[in-house]
Amino acid sequence: MSSTLDTNELSQPSGWKEKARQYAEHVLTLPNDSFEKTLAVAFALCLAGAVLVSGSAVALKSLQESNKARDEKVNILEVAGLMPDDGNIDAAFAKIEPKIVELATGSYVDTIDPKNFDQRKAAKDPAMSVAIPAEEDIANIKRKAKYAKIYLVKDAGTVKGIILPVNGYGLWSTMHGFMALEGDGETVIGFNLYDQAETPGLGGEVVNPKWKALWKGKKVYNLSAKSVQESNLSEKGQNIDIGEVALGLVKGSVDPAKPGSEYQVDALAGATLTSRGVSNLVRYWMGKDGFGPYLAKIRSARG
Amino acid sequence: MNEESKKVLVEPLVDNNPITLQVLGICSALAVTSQMTTALIMSLALTTVTAFSSAGIAFIRNHVPSSVRIIAQMVIIASLVIVVDQILKAFAYEISKQLSVFVGLIITNCIVMGRAEAYAMKNPPWESFLDGIGNGLGYSLILISVAFIRELLGSGKLLGIDVLPLLKDGGWYVPNGLLLLPPSAFFLIGLLIWAVRTWKPKQVEKADYAIMPAHGEVH
Repeated sequence: MSSTLDTNELSQPSGWKEKARQYAEHVLTLPNDSFEKTLAVAFALCLAGAVLVSGSAVALKSLQESNKARDEKVNILEVAGLMPDDGNIDAAFAKIEPKIVELATGSYVDTIDPKNFDQRKAAKDPAMSVAIPAEEDIANIKRKAKYAKIYLVKDAGTVKGIILPVNGYGLWSTMHGFMALEGDGETVIGFNLYDQAETPGLGGEVVNPKWKALWKGKKVYNLSAKSVQESNLSEKGQNIDIGEVALGLVKGSVDPAKPGSEYQVDALAGATLTSRGVSNLVRYWMGKDGFGPYLAKIRSARG
Repeated sequence: MNEESKKVLVEPLVDNNPITLQVLGICSALAVTSQMTTALIMSLALTTVTAFSSAGIAFIRNHVPSSVRIIAQMVIIASLVIVVDQILKAFAYEISKQLSVFVGLIITNCIVMGRAEAYAMKNPPWESFLDGIGNGLGYSLILISVAFIRELLGSGKLLGIDVLPLLKDGGWYVPNGLLLLPPSAFFLIGLLIWAVRTWKPKQVEKADYAIMPAHGEVH
């Protein structure tokens, strides 16, 4: 109640309620199509709707946020292969440390608190992001944040795993996911596109555990002594030079006996465009425009 | 339960099914039927919204000015849909992610609006509530049947559990990819409508015109 109530109303606190009740009774007796009733009914309905909606939003907010936070942790633990059997997410997550990396230089940034940094929001914020020139935008994401929130899996002080957020366009949707690499910055632990809207059963099979398991142990960069043939799904069938991103999907089954199979994962059957999107997003985010500089530092630090 | 209540509850299942007879609510029927789980949750959400919005609208039906009739119905429907969406996000997060925009689109689902306008504006709240449940169940019946066929034959699963072992996993079944794409739901709904109308010839619509007989046959 506001302070503009006159003394008469203050002396009887239920006065405004009484007036509202009388007014409601008066309105109900009006003809349905009168101007006053139209306004009053519309107002009352809007008020009731607003109370219902905001009430449920406020009451359920904490549950929804904890769902979201838990979902993110589960995604990270899953891709790192650390999903606990007992379901104690928080205990398992204690080993994981979020860090902010500046993409262009590949160095850690301490001025941004990882807790408050939302990379997807930052990618839309002009101050925090850069537009990607069309010819470089192979993942088709248009903008990227200058900084990335990565997660380090630490065990007794040494980095056992690096979890990198990646995204790129498939057939219908921008797919968001994580690439987990071992501490060497080269070998894949897991790859998980947790947020996508590709065709269920075809491109949507990116969530199939059997397909995700194919990524384990693959190598990202061509660190062999000679160049290798690029995967047959990408745009140009060129050779990958030494040190470049070689990891990608290939049509058909990967023959483990053939040279270069450590860089190859089976494409998804019946989902050429989604597979191409996955190949491109891996190439983009592991390359010089993505985490290339950061991972190069990790590798050189290891010698 | 009296005759009217029973009628409004049972009739929309087959005799006056919102999808197969009235051909309403098709858009979501195409979108959420590639898996049983999403179809079930969508059915539940739509039935809840239709029932409660019909009851709410019936409750105020005598005081709704006709000039803002549709908007008044929309306010009630939209509020309920947002509440359902919030509840799903809080208690069934995984599924709410899969249904994404389609829960919000219940607002524009013709079944909800259709029942509000055709039934709830003229009948008392309890009957309208039952009518909403009945029509929701009629929608659910079709949605779940279509999802059953699409998930079983399209990915060899039911409710996410492997039923037909797939060839690529060492089984014998080659899944039909077409059934996972939205157009297949069109074909299935079409076949269902055909089946229902063969069973209940009363539902067959009269032809708008008759084809002229050939010249020689004119008598």
